[in-house]
Amino acid sequence: MKLRVTHQTVYRYDHPIRNIVQSLRLTPSVFEGQKTLEWNIEVTGGIRGPGFRDGAGDWIEGWTVRGPMEEVAVSITGRVETRDTAGVLRGHREMINPLAYLRDSDATKADKGLRALAASVSDHADNLDLAHKLSAAVSEAIAYEPGVTESQTTAAEALKLGKGVCQDHTHALMAVARLRDLPARYVSGYLHATVDGEPHEAAHAWAEIHVENIGWIGFDAANRCCPDERYVRLGSGLDASDAAPIRGIAAGQGDERLDVAVRVEDIDKLQSQSQSQTQS
Amino acid sequence: MEYYDEMYSGGQVREPYARLSEWVDTMPADFRQMKQAEAEALFRRIGITFAVYGEGGDPDRLIPFDMMPRVFEQAEWRRLERGIKQRARALNAFLRDVYGRAEIVRAGRIPARLVYQNEAYEKAVVGVVPPRGVYSHIIGIDLVRTGKDEFFVLEDNCRTPSGVSYMLENREIMMRMFPQLFRQNRIEPVDQYPELLRRTLESVAPPKCSDRPTCVVLTPGHFNSAYYEHSFLANLMGVELVEGQDLFVDGEFVYMRTTQGPKRVDVIYRRIDDPYLDPLCFRPDSMLGIPGLMDVYRSGGVSICSAPGAGVADDKAIYTFVPEMVRFYLGEEPILNNVHTWTLWKQDDYKYVMEHLPELVVKEVHGSGGYGMLVGPKSTKEEIDAFRKKIEANPSNYIAQPTLALSTTPTFVEEGIAPRHVDLRPYCLCGDRIELVPGGLTRVALREGSLVVNSSQGGGVKDTWVLSE
Repeated sequence: MKLRVTHQTVYRYDHPIRNIVQSLRLTPSVFEGQKTLEWNIEVTGGIRGPGFRDGAGDWIEGWTVRGPMEEVAVSITGRVETRDTAGVLRGHREMINPLAYLRDSDATKADKGLRALAASVSDHADNLDLAHKLSAAVSEAIAYEPGVTESQTTAAEALKLGKGVCQDHTHALMAVARLRDLPARYVSGYLHATVDGEPHEAAHAWAEIHVENIGWIGFDAANRCCPDERYVRLGSGLDASDAAPIRGIAAGQGDERLDVAVRVEDIDKLQSQSQSQTQS
Repeated sequence: MEYYDEMYSGGQVREPYARLSEWVDTMPADFRQMKQAEAEALFRRIGITFAVYGEGGDPDRLIPFDMMPRVFEQAEWRRLERGIKQRARALNAFLRDVYGRAEIVRAGRIPARLVYQNEAYEKAVVGVVPPRGVYSHIIGIDLVRTGKDEFFVLEDNCRTPSGVSYMLENREIMMRMFPQLFRQNRIEPVDQYPELLRRTLESVAPPKCSDRPTCVVLTPGHFNSAYYEHSFLANLMGVELVEGQDLFVDGEFVYMRTTQGPKRVDVIYRRIDDPYLDPLCFRPDSMLGIPGLMDVYRSGGVSICSAPGAGVADDKAIYTFVPEMVRFYLGEEPILNNVHTWTLWKQDDYKYVMEHLPELVVKEVHGSGGYGMLVGPKSTKEEIDAFRKKIEANPSNYIAQPTLALSTTPTFVEEGIAPRHVDLRPYCLCGDRIELVPGGLTRVALREGSLVVNSSQGGGVKDTWVLSE
């Protein structure tokens, strides 16, 4: 599948700010499931700082913007060719030992509810089976419902609510996987999806679980599947904050307003649509 | 228990202490009191005080200074020096390794989980090789002595060991108060430490630095208990003392705000813990750090001393493997011994420790400063039982060691001089070379019979002499 990504994040400040420093994890991963055809990152008035590939295999880019300014936009335009690897992150170069992903952060800390959920899945000789069952258990326990949780909601809280969005599903799945001694991490990326023909919210997150002899495998508990050719992977971390595509801090006073627009489109379909439009 | 007395051997004064013995014997009591008061006034004027977290009381409390020096002869020190440098090399080799190919883990010489699940292991710096491959640039190695030639390493401090300002001030004050002692004894100097520290920092400047490196000392601020030391070292090195807000990232580098405009910074001697260094990489709520610092560091634009992630080498659980590191990386036998350590997450060890609590010292794995520890032989039955419950609740949080017969040195007390237990913290500098000033900081347990030398637990400090040939 050839996907076209347009992603714009606009920060607006009610008082001009002095400067912004950002760390961007906004470049598609390199592995067998995806190939980047074109990728541009632009930050209005920004100075491109250091860029490097970290131990997890993510491309990180630092940006600074000198103020004063009242508005900063981070804009991504790119094209990625994807293919289905049944969720397996094959051919991804990274150096971090998977055991480093057995550590919890505040967002994934276990409580009674998560322990019970982890224990509700019976033992499996095969860790791959176990991972699938854990993912299914999380899908059952947390219904997809936007607007009830927020960015600070923890896995334990989301499970108690029984509702949440992809971030909550991911944190909960990571928590139960770690409880079963499976290394797990948070992946941020994009998803090409349509609901009733209309493009769906395209910024997405899912979990990866490490299974011995196979490697890292993606599990999208929110959509009850493993990532396929509709997914674009950006980077990973110990939780949503650690894996955030944009981490930034503005120096100044006043409130920040944030507008995000993401579109992930199927290029072939776009072309056939435009062809059919010309024909008609 | 028998204790090794560093000054007396069966009523005889040991050779290194010969002249000091005369000095003490001929000192009138009122003169001693006068001098002690003078020393205290000097310390207060200089401003060295030590705030103890969580104890309340006077935040400007002085660490008690004992005027009676502790003495090593040249040969004793040379052996210690070799052992310390060896250990420092092994610790840095270990850090380079576990953030790289992790050969020691692959070889099965250290359990993988101990390394990777350690809180101090920073996955953010995996694959980063700091200049000259050095992660820990100032290593404080805590040593105790139990006999003439018997020294043990109690713990390693690879992050930002404090106390070196006391080493320097103790000497300064002794020289000011008792110049004749320094004429009678040939004592190796320590005042070159700030110069060596600066040279060490400059020697690990990042690849992108072409000029003479600009170094700074980064402090969390004056509320920190070691703030005095931060400003003292910056001052003696002739570099700026900065807080996070004085530095900023612009493009590929870190800059310091100065009255003449921004100045690029090449080497940061930080006295801030990893989680607070950069809110864009670690704790998002940190106000102490510099946003974007870690991106600049990881791309070779600035050096951070000690390097983020260095703490994984000085964890008390990792400690038990340091002799193994010496063998694995250097192919040498360790010159300095570890104290035998029982790790309570192992079943056999747990059983043994729980049956022998009254004999042992039990410490928290991640604890420091003498907090949260049990000294079995010095504790009441109630204290031991209370501690036993804490261990039962979370065994993997503890290690245990035999109660060591820490050596004593004579210390001034009300009635004259009396033996008190001591330890030693030398400060090893690692850059293009490995350097060590002779001696270090001697801490003394001032309470009679006490084996805990931490300043938070009633410890004091002494000047430490290494005699020249």
